[in-house]
Amino acid sequence: MLEFPKWKVWLIGLVIAAGVLFSIPSLIAGTTLKGSWPSWLPQYKINLGLDLAGGSHLLLEADANDAQKQRLQSMEDTVATELRRDPRIDIGDISTSGGRLSFLVRNPTQVDAAVDRLRNLTKPQGLTGQRDWDVQVVDSTRIVMVPTPSGTATALKDAMSVARDVVRRRIDPGGTKEITVITEGANRILVQVPGVEDPEALKKLIGQTARLEFKLVDTAANPQDVAQGRAPPGSQVLPMAEGGGFIAVKRRVMVSGDQLADAKQSFDQDGRPDIDITFNAAGARRFGRVTQENVNKPFAIILDDKVLSAPNINEPILGGRAQITGGYTVQSAHDLAVSLSSGKLPVKLNVIEERTVGPDLGKDSIHKGVIASVIGTMLVILFMLVTYGRFGVYATIALIVNAFLILGIMAIFNATLTLPGIAGFILTIGAAVDANVLINERIREEIRRGRRLIDAVETGYHEAFRAIFDANVTHVISAGIMAYFGSGPVRGFAVVLMIGVVTSVFTAVYFTRMLVALWIRRARPRALHI
Amino acid sequence: MKLLKLVPDHTNLDFMRWRNLALVLSLIATVASIAFTIYRGLNLGVDFVGGQLIRVTFNQPIDVEQLRSRVDGLHLGEASIQEFGGPKTFQIRLPKPEGGDAATNIAATKVKQAIEADYPGNARIDAVETVSGKVSGELAEGSAMAIAFAMLGIAVYIWFRFEWQFGVGALLTLAHDVAMTLGFFAFTRLQVDLNVVAAFLTIVGYSLNDTVVIYDRIRENLRKYRKMAILPLLNLSLNETLARTVVTSLTVLIALGVLMLIGPEVIFGLAIAIFLGVLIGTYSSIYISAPVLVWLGIQPDSFLKSEDKDAAEALPA
Repeated sequence: MLEFPKWKVWLIGLVIAAGVLFSIPSLIAGTTLKGSWPSWLPQYKINLGLDLAGGSHLLLEADANDAQKQRLQSMEDTVATELRRDPRIDIGDISTSGGRLSFLVRNPTQVDAAVDRLRNLTKPQGLTGQRDWDVQVVDSTRIVMVPTPSGTATALKDAMSVARDVVRRRIDPGGTKEITVITEGANRILVQVPGVEDPEALKKLIGQTARLEFKLVDTAANPQDVAQGRAPPGSQVLPMAEGGGFIAVKRRVMVSGDQLADAKQSFDQDGRPDIDITFNAAGARRFGRVTQENVNKPFAIILDDKVLSAPNINEPILGGRAQITGGYTVQSAHDLAVSLSSGKLPVKLNVIEERTVGPDLGKDSIHKGVIASVIGTMLVILFMLVTYGRFGVYATIALIVNAFLILGIMAIFNATLTLPGIAGFILTIGAAVDANVLINERIREEIRRGRRLIDAVETGYHEAFRAIFDANVTHVISAGIMAYFGSGPVRGFAVVLMIGVVTSVFTAVYFTRMLVALWIRRARPRALHI
Repeated sequence: MKLLKLVPDHTNLDFMRWRNLALVLSLIATVASIAFTIYRGLNLGVDFVGGQLIRVTFNQPIDVEQLRSRVDGLHLGEASIQEFGGPKTFQIRLPKPEGGDAATNIAATKVKQAIEADYPGNARIDAVETVSGKVSGELAEGSAMAIAFAMLGIAVYIWFRFEWQFGVGALLTLAHDVAMTLGFFAFTRLQVDLNVVAAFLTIVGYSLNDTVVIYDRIRENLRKYRKMAILPLLNLSLNETLARTVVTSLTVLIALGVLMLIGPEVIFGLAIAIFLGVLIGTYSSIYISAPVLVWLGIQPDSFLKSEDKDAAEALPA
């Protein structure tokens, strides 16, 4: 008991000093002392959760139907491009209904060649031998391509990781804000933006797929058919973005937004807001060639399957620049520009959960939480002092050190403090003294049984440890499960509890034991007042 | 200075004398709690049933009826307005939007705009939450699973560290504590949200604190006094740990009581749930955890056969 080697004392002292050092930046954040913290000292800080800092939390889910539609559409484009290559294979009666892509091969002798070329387009899925699409021949001339489950899963995974990056670029084009954008599960993205009071603007930015396409208008289509939604082969009917009405365009995408280098909000000659787009080198070449070949024909600019406008190509556009006009306000033009330059979303995202906390409520909560913590701690300390005297003082020191250690560790790991986390902090303060209560009561007991002082203290620490250990393991089990199942604020609570378990065992058992050992060695007391 | 001793030295209460009475009462209370919870249902927040919620604080007192008729006038479906924490803060709940999983918060936005227009400079929108039916269903399922897993996990750990009778005792104690707390929430109509589930998980961890300490002492005494009958042995163990039980429960209750009374309103439910759980847990550690061992036939020699395990159990302190 009395042998407490110097190195152990130093080690414990070092741990405590580190805890205090690391917790200070979080404690003085937001006060006037902030500026006086030397820059060569640790700067780690505890994050405040949205419920304390204020801000918006959005949970987005990929629209499964849209994901399927987009995948079929992109396969349709790929197939068309592939089969147009030399030797050309003519196809027709393309359909994407029923979650499969099917089309007729005009020349029956080319069916096998077509299947071979299409199989080469599909990708193998891992080592299973399965590919991402099944290519089948039906009725000897019709080819049907069905997405396989593993192919769909892979495509979704890829789409989600692209979508995550796109969402981040849209919300934070400068890359400077402290936002969280992470994928959750197979088809969800969690977005957390501190300090946002009105999430509507945020949702508008995310809500737009921003798939920009340029297609030729099918001028040969019969207006009556178009009005009824029927399009000639190789064309499709799309709604106009404004003023209602429909227009027939060729299915083939001539140029797409994937080839944009930049998009900016600007003004047209009449001072109306528009969007200036600039193609990258490949896009500019393609745009130049297409406009050259189709002078005097109308060219449809399509955003998310709605035709924004269909101006005539008056002359070849060779500089790789174009304007998108059409009844925009400065804000909506700006939003569209951001969306276009951040790339299209590979899949439509729906908001399935939304929580916004005003900044004042957060400040209120912190204020009340801090006051409750301080008063609660003081009462617990008072209770310890009148119950255990000198040993109560040790428990008190341990308690205060424990508070610093929890904050310090949270800061090092950049953990997030939430409102329930404050409750976890208070609970930990209340429960941390349990270890000292166990030890002190045991020492009292052993003294009653007539043990000598040093012996009683030794036995007290030794015998109490088993129960302390088991009790803390049960806490870790429940906190661990909470951290695993819980979301946001609840996880913050669990994190504080888990850190608190570790630090409280350290302070309440090892640290107080050191204090007691040093005291006994120095004062050599004859009796114990406990 | 004279030190405070809440439990005098040599206290020797005959706890086990009342064990059958306590069992009957606990059983009645537990069954009543479960029945009440099923019959009356819990006041589930938007976290678990979906919907939209707006929390607003007014600087000046307002006429609730006026606010209510204003919100009803928007025809957004069944809206409920409740005081939240104080007389100037209100929680307005709106049903979840029809059609699909998307959490469109059109209704919440309308209410927000109406309030801002009607009470200019007086209203502060504290929070707006929209939870779709899909998410709320998952949250409810996940929460129920988390509580079940935590209870099982802890019971298995106790079984592993002690004997199977102790594991069963821990599980029954936990079931009792959780059922009673649920009954309290059903009775008071306090809103059950994600924070309250966190509280339940905490109760599962902390209400067992006392049980673990008492079990540890029972194990120790079973080894020490091999000839003692089981009932006096349980009484001895309970009395020996009584001072600790009282002091620890009091400190935790002091800390949580402060949080409950002057802490942030948003976590009132969490604070009161844990407060209650600790209170119930203290009772059940004495009157459920310990008597269960008698009924499950724990014997003074239960730990004899595992004497060679002692080395492993005497952890370094």
